[in-house]
Parts: sequence; C-alpha cells; structure tokens
Amino acid sequence: MSMDRRKFLKITGLSLAGLTIQPAFRLFSKPEQKRWAMVINLNACSKKDGCRDCIDACHRLHNVPDLANPKDEVKWIWNAPFERVFGGQGYTTLNEVLKNRSVLVLCNHCENPPCVKVCPTKATWKREDGIVMMDYHRCIGCRYCMAACPYGARSFNWKDPRPSINEINMDFPTRMKGVVEKCNFCEERLAKNLLPACVEACKEKGLIFGDLNATDSDVRKILKSKFSILRKPHLGTEPKVYYIL
Amino acid sequence: MLEKALHGARRYWGWIALLLLIVIAGFISYLVQLREGLGITGMSRDVSWGLYIANFTFLVGVAASAVMVVLPYYLHNYKQFGKITVLGEFLAVSAVIMSIMFIFVDLGQPSRVFNVIFYPSPSSLLFWDMIVLTVYLILNLLIGWYTLDAEHKEEPVPAWVKPLIILSIPWAISIHTVTAFIYSGLGARAFWLTALLAPRFLASAFASGPALLIIICIIIKKVTRFDPGKEAIQKVAQIVTYAMLINVFFLMVEFFTVYYSKIPEHIAHSDYLLFGLEGHMTLVPYMWVSIILMFISLILLINPGTRKNENILVTACLMVFLSIWIDKGLNLLIPGFTPSPLNEIFKYRPTLPEVLITLGIYAIGFLILTILFKIAIEMKLLAKKQDS
Ligand code: SF4
Ligand code: SF4
Repeated sequence: MSMDRRKFLKITGLSLAGLTIQPAFRLFSKPEQKRWAMVINLNACSKKDGCRDCIDACHRLHNVPDLANPKDEVKWIWNAPFERVFGGQGYTTLNEVLKNRSVLVLCNHCENPPCVKVCPTKATWKREDGIVMMDYHRCIGCRYCMAACPYGARSFNWKDPRPSINEINMDFPTRMKGVVEKCNFCEERLAKNLLPACVEACKEKGLIFGDLNATDSDVRKILKSKFSILRKPHLGTEPKVYYIL
Repeated sequence: MLEKALHGARRYWGWIALLLLIVIAGFISYLVQLREGLGITGMSRDVSWGLYIANFTFLVGVAASAVMVVLPYYLHNYKQFGKITVLGEFLAVSAVIMSIMFIFVDLGQPSRVFNVIFYPSPSSLLFWDMIVLTVYLILNLLIGWYTLDAEHKEEPVPAWVKPLIILSIPWAISIHTVTAFIYSGLGARAFWLTALLAPRFLASAFASGPALLIIICIIIKKVTRFDPGKEAIQKVAQIVTYAMLINVFFLMVEFFTVYYSKIPEHIAHSDYLLFGLEGHMTLVPYMWVSIILMFISLILLINPGTRKNENILVTACLMVFLSIWIDKGLNLLIPGFTPSPLNEIFKYRPTLPEVLITLGIYAIGFLILTILFKIAIEMKLLAKKQDS
C-alpha cells in the first residue's frame, strides 16, 4: 500500500469533510469501484457446433498471430473439452452431453492472481477494477508467470509474431518475440464504454459481461439466479470468469 | 596471481582449446537464438521451461554444496580440509556463474534483464534468487581469493574475511532454499507443491556437489603434482554417502505421500515420471536409470571396502552425479508441466541449438574452474616448496 502525501491529504481531507457533510463526500469521492467479470453460459455457447465467432473477433482485434504449430501457439481465448477444463483425472463418470461439450477458456482475471505475485519486474499487475494487465515493454520473458498460472491462460512469443498476423489492426499494438501475452478483458474497449469484442461477437448471447460490484448488472443478476461453477476454485485464485451449465 | 594461469603443459592448453571450441559453438547457437527467438528450442506453450532452467536448478545445488567443505574446516577446525576448501569455494564460483548464465539465456528479452533491478518486486522469488546468487558469488570470490593470497604471503587470513566466511555458510543454504521456493510456492503445479522440496534440494546438492569435488580431486591428483590428501577425500566421500542416503529417503517420502493419498491431480505428474501417462513414456527410462544408479552408488559408498578404493569411489561419485542430474534436472522440471493445466501432454525434447548453448555454458564454467584451480594449485605447490 503505497500512498503519496498528496493522496493522503486528499483522502484525510475528504474523510473529515465526509464526517460533517455526507452528501458532499459522495460527490467528490470516486464512484463505486468496478469489478469486471464474465459469465459463460455453456447452454447458449455450444448451440452452434464449432462456432468460433468470439475467438476470431478477439484474435483479429488484438493482432494475435495465427501459428499453425501448436508448439509456438499464441491464444487469448480458445475452446477445450469440458473434461479437460474442469476435471482431468477427477471425473470417472460424467454426463455424456457435458463430457463432449467444448468450453471457452481465457484468462480468469483472478482476484488473487499468482501470475502477478511471481513476476520479477511487475510487467504483470492487477488494476483496481480487477483486470490483470500485461506490459509487453517491461516483460523480460522469464515465463515465471506461465509456470504460476493454474489455467494455462498465458502465451509466450516464441517467435516474432508479426509475419503470422493475417491482417494487422493498426489500432492495437503488435508484440515482439520473447514476451508473454494474454487476454486483457478488452480494457481498451471498456475505456470507451464498449463491451469486450468476444461478448459483442457472440450471436447466441452466450457471453455476459459486467460489473460484479453493481447490484443491477447483468452478471450479478444471472449469477444470483443460476448455479455457476469456477475453474479450480480450491486454489483460492477466485476466478472472475463464471460458467453456467 | 593471475599469471599462474598462463603457464602450462601441452595437455593444459589442449584442454583449454577444447573448451574454447565448445564455447564458440554455444555462442554461435546463442546468436541464432537471439535472432530467431526461443522458438528454436524444444520449449512450448505447455512446457515453458526446459533444459536451461533444469541446469540452473542443478548448478545452484553444486554451488551451495561448497558449504560442506567450508563448514567442517572453519567451524570445526577440521584441518584435513585445508587443502581442498579453496577448491570447494572456487567450484562454487564457477557453478554460480553457470547458473546465472542459464537464467540469462532462458530470457526472451535479455536486453531488459535490468528491469529486475529497476522495478524490484519483493513478492517474486526470482527477484530474491538473483540477489542471493549475486551475493554468494561475491562472497566466494572474495573468500577464495584472499585465503589463497594469505597462504601465498604466508600471512594469516585478513580479519575482515572471517565474518564473510561465517556468513557464507547460511548463505549457501539460502541460495538453494530460495531456488526450491521458486517451484514449491506454486499452487498451479501439484508436482512441485511440496514443503519437502527445499530439504530435498539441499540433500541432493550435498551429495552431487561433493561427488563432483571428489572426481575433480582425483583427476587433479593424476594430472598434477598436487595431492588433496587421501583422508580429505574419504571424509568428503562420507559426506556424499550420508547426503545421498537422506536424498533417497526424501524421494521415497514424496512418492509415498502422492501414492498413498491418491489425489488424482498429484498422481498424474508422478505417473508421468515413473510409469508413463496415457501412453506417454518419455521420462520413464531416465527416471528408472536415475533410481537404479542411486541405489548402486549407495551400495558402493556405504561399503567401506569399495568406498576406500579410489577407482570404485570415482565410479560411485559419477553415478551419484548423473542420477541427481537427471532427478533434479529435467525430471524435476518436465513433470511439473505435464500434464498441463488443461490436462494435455506435450512432449518436450531439447533441440540441437539448445543443447549446444547448454554445453557452451558448461564449457565456460569449466574454463573458469580450470583457471581458478590452476592458480590455486600452483600457489599451493609453491608454498610447499618454500616450506621444505
Ligand atoms: S488466469 Fe492465469 S493469467 Fe489470468 S489472472 Fe489468473 S493466474 Fe493470471
Ligand atoms: S514473463 Fe514477463 S510477465 Fe511473465 S513473469 Fe516474466 S517478466 Fe513478468
């Protein structure tokens, strides 16, 4: 918790004012802190078999290279079998429908992100709104964060990605070889009050995005009414990507 | 003192030339890696650390093991180690340099390595590892150099070196503990998530490092006029024996916990290592070779008859070294990544450039070791001549 003098004075000043005139305090303080989250509704999501709308939208927008070789692959959001995402060796019997279903996976923007803790250069950090960010210019490419992420959400640029980008989007930076990257919850779109690209691209409305702290947000409403599951909750990372079966 | 490294027989220069050749091959491969990226290695999205980090881990152990000759000599005044303590310290110096180089070649953006200092992150174990390794390197360089110098001038070791020597003892433990913590603090990787990892690292280090020291001492005895002393070598052999016993015990304890608790997430990694998983058997032969070598070496080391025979002892030490290099190198690293968080199995196989870079770093290490040992031995021989 670092706090410079200015910030300290501002906060104490505001708190003192707040003691006497509550409404004024409300006016000056920051609006309620946002906490971004995503809900993936697997029922809606797998209606169309082999649908890649969200993946393509994300990868196109963010200049994610298309490397055929799985060894060098970079991916921000992708599909994997339910069994592998949620169970591994844990399930011996599993509902046939679920078992064969493919599940969308991406960075969980964990509340307690192990990737942030291990980064020796603070190239990975968590914003106040919960988005786990990457600074491609500070990353030294040690890949400690890849070892620490329990979800395999991070990719490394084993090669120069630029020649493998089909069509470069000039509005988003490309990366260089030797750095790590991952989903950023479309923070550049959130800043413009737009929904993440994958959410917008999904015609089945299988992806729901919003502020977990706002009682009236779509994510809060759906999480209140439906049963949801998380990936590896026992690790205490508190993922902010929820799944509805 | 450095000039001592500049005189030598043909055999000495032949050895240096051979090492330089390997260094050049490694360096050229590194230039290719710099241009092309780490994609030229066998590493992948799923197995994101490989041969480099495996050797880094192993060599930190070799570096830490110097404490096994420093401690008896300085704390218990065990005089027999007088001749080899400096050798142990110099072995530590070259091992630390190698391990730092292994981290360096593993970086995707090596030109940014100073970001670790510009943006220090105390929550990252990698940050601490860098600090403890650097300090340990400086400690051993200073201690080794000034004790030799004192010996040369036939003066007592300068007073300020003494506290450094004492400090180097816990520091040696710390470098290997921090290295173990790099792995054992990760909830993501069940294979490494064990509190026994640091003690296991220390036990295996105290077996493999001194085993290497014995091998080197016996080589030195053969090719130079310097004799490290039979008694000293036997004492180090005892240290290797005890450390190896503890190491094997720890390994069995780990497997007991995994297989008795039967937690699938934990079993998967050990299965991949010991028996193969979903038909993938890559590491299985290596692991069993390692286990068999561990037990044979133990028989040879425990039995006084075989241990006291220096030829058999060297063989046993080679077995110790090789078995731990396998067990604590790739066989510690790869099962941590396999199966991946999405329960997939990706086969890692080091590529030729990766192997050449690795050999190149070892060659640099041996070059440093040769030069430091050459100086040390010449000085010691000189001191002896003046005595008589
Ligand atoms: S999912 Fe992985 S990369 Fe994303 S915040 Fe969590 S630990 Fe970090
Ligand atoms: S690879 Fe980059 S982001 Fe990941 S831990 Fe290392 S410096 Fe941080």
